[in-house]
Amino acid sequence: MAQATNTVEAETRSYVTGLRCRLCRAEYPERPVAICEECFGPLEVEYDYAALVRVISRELIASRPPTMWRYRELLPLGVPPRVGAETGYTPLVPAPRLGAALGLKNLYIKNDGVCHPTLSFKDRVVAVSLSKACEFGFDTVGCASTGNLANSVAANAARAGLKAYVFIPEMLEQAKILGTQIYGARVIAIRGTYDDVNRLCSEIVYTLNWGLVNVNLRPFYSEGSKTVGFEIAEQLGWRAPDAVVVPMAGGSLLTKIHKSFAELQHLGLIPPARPRLFGAQARGCNPIVAAIREGSEEIRPVKPRTIAHSLAIGDPADGYFAMRAIRESGGWAEDATDEEIREGIRLLAETEGIFTETAGGVTVAVTKKLAEQGRLSPDETIILTITGNGLKTMEALTASPPITIAPKIAEVERLLREGI
Amino acid sequence: MSVTVRIPQPLRRFTENRDVIELSAGTVGELLEQLERQYPGITERLREPDGQLRRFVNIYVDGEDIRFLSGLATEVRDGTEVSIIPAIAGGSESVLRC
Ligand SMILES: Cc1ncc(COP(=O)(O)O)c(C=O)c1O
Ligand SMILES: [Zn+2]
Repeated sequence: MAQATNTVEAETRSYVTGLRCRLCRAEYPERPVAICEECFGPLEVEYDYAALVRVISRELIASRPPTMWRYRELLPLGVPPRVGAETGYTPLVPAPRLGAALGLKNLYIKNDGVCHPTLSFKDRVVAVSLSKACEFGFDTVGCASTGNLANSVAANAARAGLKAYVFIPEMLEQAKILGTQIYGARVIAIRGTYDDVNRLCSEIVYTLNWGLVNVNLRPFYSEGSKTVGFEIAEQLGWRAPDAVVVPMAGGSLLTKIHKSFAELQHLGLIPPARPRLFGAQARGCNPIVAAIREGSEEIRPVKPRTIAHSLAIGDPADGYFAMRAIRESGGWAEDATDEEIREGIRLLAETEGIFTETAGGVTVAVTKKLAEQGRLSPDETIILTITGNGLKTMEALTASPPITIAPKIAEVERLLREGI
Repeated sequence: MSVTVRIPQPLRRFTENRDVIELSAGTVGELLEQLERQYPGITERLREPDGQLRRFVNIYVDGEDIRFLSGLATEVRDGTEVSIIPAIAGGSESVLRC
């Protein structure tokens, strides 16, 4: 048996057995494809769990550096990560003041707004998929993005010395555009919504030999999101929470957090539990919420209209899987109006000192609703996944001009008398 | 009357590798029937046995998803461009449940 060491480099074995179609079960070797040739169903990475269960342990994981790679056996990489070796293991922060405001006694924030290097959970999926792109030998990479993925692909591609083409919808926050261009990536805005961008990118991979992380590298990309769930369980002392509230765009993050708890249980790393998954969307782009509410089997695409640009996917790729994870786990889904999103951002900042982006505002606002509806109970352990940073979506809010005074103590005293 | 149909790469083995096909039809549904007549077997990849479009197949008429139009009853006319595009999804109900 290999000795556990503290370096990512020391262990290089992959437990991936291949890719498998979720619909018709056809098997494929590991390669940059996301779609089954037989039925167009999505492909999923498969692991040799029988071998995994013999090597993985809490002690082994705990002996490793605090990054997402401490769970490397459960990620689809056979070699040390080429990028993102420092990514992940973000703080799980107790949130008693927000909890008091919402009537929830055991509330925690999983704060991926401080993920390395680009301040969103997308750094996790990019760490896996760009490392995989290097393994497959791509010299040009890219993505279809609502902003955060763009930032992360651009930064990590720069570090890996890869050429990057990043496709975004024309309506996007300045910080998300600048925060992509700064790394030297080619940013191409598409006339239309994210869904038009996504459609174009799914055609591009058939004509150009590029590794688009959420298109032809998607089976690998999406596995990176599992580490959010792994970390939550480990940070809670190796147990699943009672409930997790997750913002949904394509629905991949929620689906993979669900999978992460199932894997940990299967491998005996946490006791049996049934964490409920709750999905959060903006009212102006709520196709998954609408299906859950109506009890429908169909997810009807919508044309997004919301300040939560990062969640503005009207035709969610993983909508059906997210819907199934929510239903099977006993969860629910709700949406938030633009005004509620802004209030959510403010509430989190004022109670817990965390400035999140619009997606986080959606998550906070939806948690409030779920608590009011009695779907979350006061004594449960509840996790709010905060997935992005407020400095990237400043347009959503307006700063009030600060009170300006002369540098005189009398002026300060006057202000205090006036009750400021 | 001629409608341009763009065939995605995974379906080109049915179309002798042609990426664009010209057909005449009044609706998207009729177009698929024409396509099947010309390239037998191709629409089995696109439709469920009950005729519904498969979940991970999208069809666009002049750039618009037919789910925002009239679905398979969406009208097409001379000069319309129809694209068939497999949708990207990540998969993932837990593999452990099986
Ligand atoms: C900040 C933030 N949170 C959540 C999501 C949702 O991710 P998914 O597409 O996996 O549902 C995104 C996606 O772009 C995002 O940028
Ligand atoms: Zn298949």
